[in-house]
Amino acid sequence: MLDVQKIRKDFPILNRKVNGKQLIYFDNAATSQTPQQVIDVIVDYYSNYNANIHRGVHSLSQEATDAYEQARLKIQKHFNAKNSHEIIFTSGTTHSINLVANGFSSLLKKGDEIIVSALEHHSNIVPWQMLCERTGASLKVIPMNENGELILSEYEALLNKNTKLVFVNHISNALGTINPIEYIIEKAHAVGAAVLVDGAQSCPHLKPDVQALDVDFYVCSAHKICGPTGVGMLYGKEEWLNKLPPYQGGGEMIAEVSFEKTTYAGLPHKFEAGTPNICGGIAFGAALDYMNAIGFENIAEYENELLEYGTAELQKIEGLKIYGTAKEKTSVISFNVGSIHPYDIGTILDKMGIAVRTGHHCAQPIMDFYKIPGTIRASFMFYNTKEEIDAFITALKKAIMMLS
Amino acid sequence: MTIEDVQNEIIDEFAMFEDWEERYQYMIDLGKDLPIIDEKYKTEDNIIKGCQSKVWVHANMEDDKVNFTADSDAIITKGIIAILIRVFSNQHPKDILEANTDFIDKIGLKEHLSPTRANGLVSMIKQLKLYAIAYQTQLN
Repeated sequence: MLDVQKIRKDFPILNRKVNGKQLIYFDNAATSQTPQQVIDVIVDYYSNYNANIHRGVHSLSQEATDAYEQARLKIQKHFNAKNSHEIIFTSGTTHSINLVANGFSSLLKKGDEIIVSALEHHSNIVPWQMLCERTGASLKVIPMNENGELILSEYEALLNKNTKLVFVNHISNALGTINPIEYIIEKAHAVGAAVLVDGAQSCPHLKPDVQALDVDFYVCSAHKICGPTGVGMLYGKEEWLNKLPPYQGGGEMIAEVSFEKTTYAGLPHKFEAGTPNICGGIAFGAALDYMNAIGFENIAEYENELLEYGTAELQKIEGLKIYGTAKEKTSVISFNVGSIHPYDIGTILDKMGIAVRTGHHCAQPIMDFYKIPGTIRASFMFYNTKEEIDAFITALKKAIMMLS
Repeated sequence: MTIEDVQNEIIDEFAMFEDWEERYQYMIDLGKDLPIIDEKYKTEDNIIKGCQSKVWVHANMEDDKVNFTADSDAIITKGIIAILIRVFSNQHPKDILEANTDFIDKIGLKEHLSPTRANGLVSMIKQLKLYAIAYQTQLN
């Protein structure tokens, strides 16, 4: 069991007031809050051993390098990657996806096919459209049903010998649907296609085992897992990472340089040009330590309670419609009330200190599917409480009254 | 009335409100009372970009004065545009161009002026002034 009152003490921001009211933070799917333990690591880095890594012979550089590489090992262990050089530090999920998309430019040709799901975030659609433009490959889309679940029979019908890549998010950011990625990976591999899974929304809630999944690429951002912004990771199977050319040129990624020819460094440095977000990487590792100390089973169990409670309470409100009612979903509730614009409700909730997301959640194709301009999205983390949900419901009712 | 007169009138009205609730309730009511825009003007071309909600603005000029009509699918946004229309309608394009918009701060809506705000109050003012520029050019 998880002691939420004890956990809340770790998050200084949860004490602050917004517009004179106690903050209730339900925008966790956009970014999670940072515990003191991670903040301390960031302060410690800049206070005690800030230095550039992998090149200095001096002590500070050694300490920073050790801490950074330790973080890589923590990430490797967390995701159960076979090798630490299969973990590439990036600036976040979007960077990771672009790195892979760029790398595939040299591997694809006209007639090849890429499959994405209808549940994707913009960042998971645009890079593949650009890749298709560059290579002449074509983009296919796995459709979804009214509940916000992917239609797997349609997916299987799309797969063929020309399919080279399948891209799907583990959990939808707009609806919270947990996609059956094991099945998706197995079917893709059967036709020889590689699979990249966007774990931006899943990593805060569950602990993926990349070897058990047999996934080719898995990506996520630290800021959704209690870590800082501007850092994330790309996991890639060694054989795939070796096939991809470097993404950016610069320091750190080279073995030898002359004006005639440059040879590239091995993994993971081949993909880590320039001075990385050193502090961010170290704090990413600390964030995983923090979450693992609480335990992902405890987190999932508690968040599921919040989801069920929040869903039940919201459904009591007349005219409220929840979008995304998949059987397997995480603690995200996307909804609208009657014909009230989500923006209006979000604005009034903010005046009462409640942070939710409103809009299309960077997933316009999903909004088009439901023929709505957007939704209000409340997303919970393990530091939220049922009492906060109660206060949110009260505030929501008040907003509805004001706006009706 | 000059633009400044109208702005002062609005500042006086808002000064009567004690808290955010009354202010927002008033804006919501203004939004509800905004005269309905002719459907034919609710085109893609008339949508103001940069708003999370949709905002349509139409302008015309009569006797050297510009008149605006507008609509939005969000009611608070509609209230905000109603205030702007009240300030800028029936005014000479030159006066619209030269008007400052400090009154927004004075009626407690400064938060909507931040460029990160999705409602695009900044975009709305810009659009009204763009219409004024266009009409001013016609007059020159």
